[in-house]
Amino acid sequence: MSREPRRDVGCRAQSKEIDRTTHVLDEETGSVTTVEPTIEKETRSEEDLDLPWQVVVHNDPVNLMSYVTMVFQKVFGYPREKAERHMLEVHHKGRSVLWAGMREPAELYVQQLHGYLLLATLEKTD
Amino acid sequence: MEICRRKDHIEISELDPFLAELLRQIPASASPDGVPSAEQRLFSPPTNGGETELRAEWKIYVEPELRRLFQTATETVATDLEQLNGNEKSLGNRTLRIPAKHADAWLSALNQARLVIAAKNNFTESELSDHFRSPIGSRRDLSLFQINFYGFLQEFILRDVG
Repeated sequence: MSREPRRDVGCRAQSKEIDRTTHVLDEETGSVTTVEPTIEKETRSEEDLDLPWQVVVHNDPVNLMSYVTMVFQKVFGYPREKAERHMLEVHHKGRSVLWAGMREPAELYVQQLHGYLLLATLEKTD
Repeated sequence: MEICRRKDHIEISELDPFLAELLRQIPASASPDGVPSAEQRLFSPPTNGGETELRAEWKIYVEPELRRLFQTATETVATDLEQLNGNEKSLGNRTLRIPAKHADAWLSALNQARLVIAAKNNFTESELSDHFRSPIGSRRDLSLFQINFYGFLQEFILRDVG
């Protein structure tokens, strides 16, 4: 039985621009020169760039609620209450994010969910 | 029809010829062949758009795996259903015993059949929620009954497994 994977959300690739515009006075000529800003980029590892993926399950009027709950328990190892909460979210809101983290395990979860015939997709977080 | 849990199997007894025939139709009903909407439902894409590389890889590597998985389940169910082809009188009631170890295969095959029938008939959500529709007056009504009957069996197996 699979156990609940660690949540790896929230670590996103970023670039940060720092305004360093400076004005230099040439005392001889009296002219002012503007020095262009330096762009400073924060770089993250490739693994970090790979983090923000979500496993989303979409509503389907055919699949039984009890069946969907059972699948969530089996695939994610969630306790019944948590599995039911996600099932009800799918039912009422049309979708639920079941898991978030790195791309490779997310793909495997989607594959497992398709094996149980649930409508599941892999989505990149905004 | 009576359904109950025995030591190592689920027993469906007093099956009249009509319900026995519906059960026999599970493997055929689970096949999406020739119905694009059913094919699309059973083999839905892994993303809602974009990620074309992932979608292409999915078609090549994952879909065949899923096909094998679904086929194995329907084959297991088809083998169990051979019990209904006994020497009893054709109009007599039958008994079907589903081994407990085949529960997952039955859940999958019943689900495949329900999804394919729903896709073929393009049933609306309100039609699917109408569990008390009667009598059966058309092929469409029969298909809806089939979905609900298979759903009832799924519920029983789920309760049993749970």
